[in-house]
Amino acid sequence: MDTINSTNMFIGLSSREAFGKIITQLGEQNNKVVALTADLTNSVKLNEFKARFPTRFFNFGVAEQNMMGAAAGFTLAGKIPFACTYAAFSSMRACEQVRTDIAYNDLPVKIVSTHGGFSFGIAGATHHALEDVGIFRGIPGMTVLVPADAIETAAIMRAIVNIPGPFYVRLSRVKEKTVYFQNFEYKIGSPDLLQEGNDIVLIAMGAQVGETLEAARLLLEDGISAGVMNVSTIKPMNEKAVVSILNKYTMAMTVEEHNIINGLGSAISELIAAYHVDIKFMRHGLRDIFTTSGLYPDLLKYYHLDAQGIKETAIKFLEKSL
Amino acid sequence: MIENVEEIEKIARLIRRDILETARDCKVGVHVGGNLTLAEIMAVLFFGIARLDPQNPKWDDRDRIILSKGHGNLALSSAMARLGYFPLSELKNFDTFNSMLSMHIDKHRMPGVEISSGSLGHGLSVAVGTALGGKIDLTDWKVFCIISDGELMEGSTWEAILNAAQNHLDNLTVVVDRNRFTIDGSTEENMALEPLVKKMEAFNWKVIEVDGHNIDQLMKAFLANSFSKKPKMIIANTIKGRGVPALEDTPGSHFLKIKPEDVKEALDNLNKEAELME
Repeated sequence: MDTINSTNMFIGLSSREAFGKIITQLGEQNNKVVALTADLTNSVKLNEFKARFPTRFFNFGVAEQNMMGAAAGFTLAGKIPFACTYAAFSSMRACEQVRTDIAYNDLPVKIVSTHGGFSFGIAGATHHALEDVGIFRGIPGMTVLVPADAIETAAIMRAIVNIPGPFYVRLSRVKEKTVYFQNFEYKIGSPDLLQEGNDIVLIAMGAQVGETLEAARLLLEDGISAGVMNVSTIKPMNEKAVVSILNKYTMAMTVEEHNIINGLGSAISELIAAYHVDIKFMRHGLRDIFTTSGLYPDLLKYYHLDAQGIKETAIKFLEKSL
Repeated sequence: MIENVEEIEKIARLIRRDILETARDCKVGVHVGGNLTLAEIMAVLFFGIARLDPQNPKWDDRDRIILSKGHGNLALSSAMARLGYFPLSELKNFDTFNSMLSMHIDKHRMPGVEISSGSLGHGLSVAVGTALGGKIDLTDWKVFCIISDGELMEGSTWEAILNAAQNHLDNLTVVVDRNRFTIDGSTEENMALEPLVKKMEAFNWKVIEVDGHNIDQLMKAFLANSFSKKPKMIIANTIKGRGVPALEDTPGSHFLKIKPEDVKEALDNLNKEAELME
């Protein structure tokens, strides 16, 4: 693969558009790859795969439970299924099929969910997924990945296609701010310290990584030096690598488009407790509420998850800790 | 593969005996009723119909048998042991700590089984996915799925029923253990399924109704061709607790610690039947 061209191919795309491109490439390379959706072909960006490999594309209609059970079944025929729907439905509507049919049997199913967080803003709480990472994180053997942008999405898909066991990949609906500009080889578990800082480390996943990088630039204008860590593997985390970064800081704040209960913030706080990390810590995200509806940028602003909101939240945390 | 009906009847009697003896010897209660319904179905499927190699359970060209009603694992365990997947003596450890064989199926502990099951309404979706996967490569192996009639109350089962017809899955055969009882009593009183044959035909399935304890009828139903490119459903009318007079056709037969005297009576009857037949 031509690295430079491939990079150009993904830049400027949303993570779900990048998924649509990379799944087609993977389908080209491996005829065991099959793609499944439940009446959301265009939303999960499987049009290209469907056109290219019509016999390996399966639309289950509006029936997510059957799709997840069938995904388990495809592996009994030696296939590598990618089961794709919205994060709210894969995590909740089809949760038992995911847990019992796929994970309990330790089957190589890739559950790729778009519309993570509140990225389908106007659709409201029924279509927002703010519990999904917590739900998947609690399922034994499930690897949970939340890429920051298009290039990381492609890197993750390339990395996981041939690995056995179940995977959950949470994508957004919107075009995330670009974090990565070059193709790279994804290492499951490894955190990525995107920039170092002196005063605080901000730890983010998914679309919030780009917002947090921007927040760090705004903080610097106010004389605050913030490190930014992308934790795109929520499970299994390379705990020692994360802890060794945390140990270099006196303050840490997680940023997530997820309930602060059970998501990234919870995962990091578990590490802080288990490894006795001496650090002032705060979780920033949705504070155990159901979200309202509106355009995505308006929701980001309302819930203080845009760059400005993250910056202000960090400053409040810093001031309180003085 | 055995074609002789009497030979398969013998095997069905052995499976029924295994179920009864295991139920008697288990320290805890077992799903007596809904396993005794399966003796003939398992005997026909494993010994007369399916293409299997117990020595090579992962054989690519094997037929896939998915027991959706995972609480039928006593009958499945007996059939698989008798075909040679694992020693018959494993039945003596049924439902003991970390045992190979237990109330519900755990693929990680039970060699050769296709998939874990226990929660109802899951297996048919798995079977549909397997059948769809087989179709891609135009394989000639088949998928068999055994569901309980109670599982027809689960919405996910109907999602799978729609999908199988939509995709013309004529490589899929579903057997419904139609014993007419769930835990709380009669299916028809609690959540009526009838008219089941008409319903399934309306859903574009090929439907064959048989006496689920009649080997000859079961064999013919399994072997019947589905020229119409439809998935096949064999509605096997069974008697819950079949073979134990005190339990037959009662909701109380679902899960219990069976009385030794009831097992003795059932085993005596089986022996008499065997003497008559053999």
